[in-house]
Amino acid sequence: MVAPSALKREPLWRIRLRLWTRSLQKNWALFWESRIGPIGLGIILFFVLLMIAHPILMATVWDPRVYDPVVGFDRDLLGRHPAPPSWAHPLGTDPIGRDVLSQLMWSTRSAFALGVTSALITVIIGTVIGAVCAYFGGIVDTIFMRLADLVMLFPFIALLMVLRSVIHLDLWRLALVMGILSGFGGITIILKAQALTVKVKPYIEAAKVAGGSAFHIIRHHIIPNIMPLAFLYMMFNVTGAVFTEAVLSYFGLLDIRMSWGIMIHTAESAGYLGAFSQYWWLWAPPGAAITLLCFAFYLVGRGLDTVVNPRLRKR
Amino acid sequence: MSLLAVHRLTMHYTTKMGEVHAVDAVSFAIEPGEAIGLVGESGCGKTSIALALLRLLPDNARFLGGEVLFEGVDLTRIPEEKMRKIRGRGISMIFQAAMNSLNPVYRVGDQIIEAIQTHLPIGSKEARRRVAELYELVGLAPELMDRYPHEYSGGMKQRAVIAMALACEPKLIIADEPTTALDVIVQDRILRRIDGVRRRLNMAMMYISHDIAVIAEVSQRIGVMYAGCLVECADTLTIFKRPAHPYTTALMSAFPSIKGEKRKLQALPGEPPNLLRPPSGCRFHPRCPYATETCVRQVPDYQEIEPGHFLACWHPQGRGS
Amino acid sequence: MPALLDLLNVTKLFLLKRQAFSLRGHRFVHAVDGVSFSLEPREIFGLVGESGCGKTTTGKLIVKLYEPTSGRIFLDGQDITQIRRGPALRQFRRSVQMIFQDPYESLNPRFTVFDAVAEPLLIHGVRALSEREARVAEILAQVGLTPPETFLFRFPHELSGGQRQRVAIARAMVIHPKCVVADEPTSMLDVSVRAGVMDLLLGLRQELGVSYLYITHDLAVARYMSDRLAVMYLGKIVELGPTEEVIQSPQHPYTQALLAAVPVPDPTYQRPSPAIKGDVVAPVNPPLQCRFLSRCPRAEEVCRDSPHPPLADLGSGHLVACYLARR
Repeated sequence: MVAPSALKREPLWRIRLRLWTRSLQKNWALFWESRIGPIGLGIILFFVLLMIAHPILMATVWDPRVYDPVVGFDRDLLGRHPAPPSWAHPLGTDPIGRDVLSQLMWSTRSAFALGVTSALITVIIGTVIGAVCAYFGGIVDTIFMRLADLVMLFPFIALLMVLRSVIHLDLWRLALVMGILSGFGGITIILKAQALTVKVKPYIEAAKVAGGSAFHIIRHHIIPNIMPLAFLYMMFNVTGAVFTEAVLSYFGLLDIRMSWGIMIHTAESAGYLGAFSQYWWLWAPPGAAITLLCFAFYLVGRGLDTVVNPRLRKR
Repeated sequence: MSLLAVHRLTMHYTTKMGEVHAVDAVSFAIEPGEAIGLVGESGCGKTSIALALLRLLPDNARFLGGEVLFEGVDLTRIPEEKMRKIRGRGISMIFQAAMNSLNPVYRVGDQIIEAIQTHLPIGSKEARRRVAELYELVGLAPELMDRYPHEYSGGMKQRAVIAMALACEPKLIIADEPTTALDVIVQDRILRRIDGVRRRLNMAMMYISHDIAVIAEVSQRIGVMYAGCLVECADTLTIFKRPAHPYTTALMSAFPSIKGEKRKLQALPGEPPNLLRPPSGCRFHPRCPYATETCVRQVPDYQEIEPGHFLACWHPQGRGS
Repeated sequence: MPALLDLLNVTKLFLLKRQAFSLRGHRFVHAVDGVSFSLEPREIFGLVGESGCGKTTTGKLIVKLYEPTSGRIFLDGQDITQIRRGPALRQFRRSVQMIFQDPYESLNPRFTVFDAVAEPLLIHGVRALSEREARVAEILAQVGLTPPETFLFRFPHELSGGQRQRVAIARAMVIHPKCVVADEPTSMLDVSVRAGVMDLLLGLRQELGVSYLYITHDLAVARYMSDRLAVMYLGKIVELGPTEEVIQSPQHPYTQALLAAVPVPDPTYQRPSPAIKGDVVAPVNPPLQCRFLSRCPRAEEVCRDSPHPPLADLGSGHLVACYLARR
């Protein structure tokens, strides 16, 4: 019998941490090699900087009465709003006198909040349901798959319009609704398919023979093995969420105070989108921001693809 | 003149993690109509040699030296068009898990006809007749020509693939583990067929396997490979009765048999080496019970220690050092 | 002394998906059909046959990955087919374990060696981390992975095939089961590594007093490992007896053909052609007569007119299911 003292070494948690950091380094190296991944990450970092810079600017250089994204107003340019870009307002002002750059930067926060929250909810729901459906099969599987079919068939925008008439659809509620609806939709099927490939592996049989309960197997074997794919799809879900919010806001279907979509909506409802190139600072910055952020998350997703799927790596 | 003479063939694979020293200065010869067996474990280089002979190596393979003389012509130096003429016609190959190399959307007979018509200027009717002949040769009912691969069993698919390899009556067939995935009774049938066909058509054969029992039954000469090197080569009887290389002896004692006395198996310590960083000197030295300093420092020469018996070892067994 | 494991007329049928609206009714695959044998304590019982004969299914029935369609299985006298859940099932899982064929796929790639081997301990209530560490280190040393500390936190992809299989063996043995089903444990390993693993299993039988049901298609391996041997064909046991006796004087035509087909690593030995005709059939809705009838070179009237022959004792525990062998 090997005496316990012979195993004098670092505590288990420290070893696990070290192994985890090692695998993180390896995955980072793979991610870096994909080239498009780091580009996406760079763009996201840029937006994060924008987000951080806003409160700093508001506290130092910018006068809150003028530059507040929602209630600011520049008296000096009264009568000339929406004003074209100038030194005072690098991206001009919107039809009701608010600084466009300030709005842009401030809305970054809501975009991130919405996107990440919604995607996180989606992925958690999708992972758990996918794993459970794959493991149990039978009636459990059938119920959730039919539910997923229903969700995917349902006209999303119509649902939101109905919902809006009932509740106040602000950012967090929207994130919840989008998250839940997406969670029960397509991603569940994808993750269930992945979970099925795990379920038929001999190590699952080995865990059953060792006496593992269904909960034990799902929690320790199936879910960890589908999480990389779930994380990957989360990136695409962020893209979807941000874009969806922009569209819904543009149609005025939401009760959010300020976002990139709201900026375009404001311009449209004030009638300035007709003269396209004349008031470009009203639609181009938010449009570009939406496109760029969505694109960035998409690139990160594609970069992660090479980490998750070894076959896509450059040999 | 030998049908195939390989002289110091050396080949590496370039991977992200470094150079895999897959084949190291391998030399051997095959006479017309001779059956030679290449035995070794996974990763020893036997499949790489086969692919090298037919120049079917993947893109990351680097040919580093040596020559392959087929009927006097060096296959490593001829242009690709000439090589294509030789593949299938001069030298043919049955790949590992070949049953998976049948295209599922075409009839099997048509696939063999295609193989024939690529090399021989024969009309479809004549080609069909040939395929029927081949089917009879390998023991398949001729009606199966018009069936699809999914209608064949594993053994039948393997026979069809063998028929395809024989289609243009090559002078040399390379069979890479052709019966590994098959049950033992089907394996027996196919081995007997292959042997019968070989004798009838006076074809030479290079039989590659990790199963020394199968190699013993089908080959007249045996080459033993370890970690990319050919360590011993002799006729079958000599290899079994008077093996000189410690690995050959170890390999033999690692196989249980249903015949003879029930004896204790000799387990070889360690594992086959990683060819990214092969051991220095003789690649077998980490696992060899007779290894000395010389074995660690110097690669042993491949020499003919008696007529027809080649060896690469500093301490041949049964002969004193 | 009662047998450790007793199988009584165990049958496992799988339903073949029939065509909708078919009038032909259900078609079943008779994977295991009326199999009976027993496993003594500290015994190695070999189960051989070609692919599709039902040996793997039998193994899975014993570890309760499948439940039998009919028949009974007794462990230490207790009917385990009645156990469905709860503490009784947990107790069963402590006593019967399995080693799988594929050394890579039977280990979770995200688990370290420690995680994999400690999992059964965790499941069966060994809460103290220090105790788990100690027992894992102990069993790793016993399976030849020394020093254990260097292996504890490696991942499967960092190990060779032989090492992975040793980890799988350690995992099966760590809770000291009474019986282990070994499903072709060496067939996917390199040849020079197989002998080591086989000798390890033999050694563990001595050290830990465990019995094996050793499943393999390789008769030479079965001869080396097992004390008694059963030959399966199309879901039925056709011959059973002490290994040397079955190998040296096989009585069933199928066993004889099987033995005749095994290549022998002796160039001076002229192997006769196995006496068997036809090809393997799938065990779907099999006929009532002897399953081997269509392939038997010696079939006679009695074989065609009678149902599948039962296993008959020829003396000294050598059983054969053949009318002709009994004469």
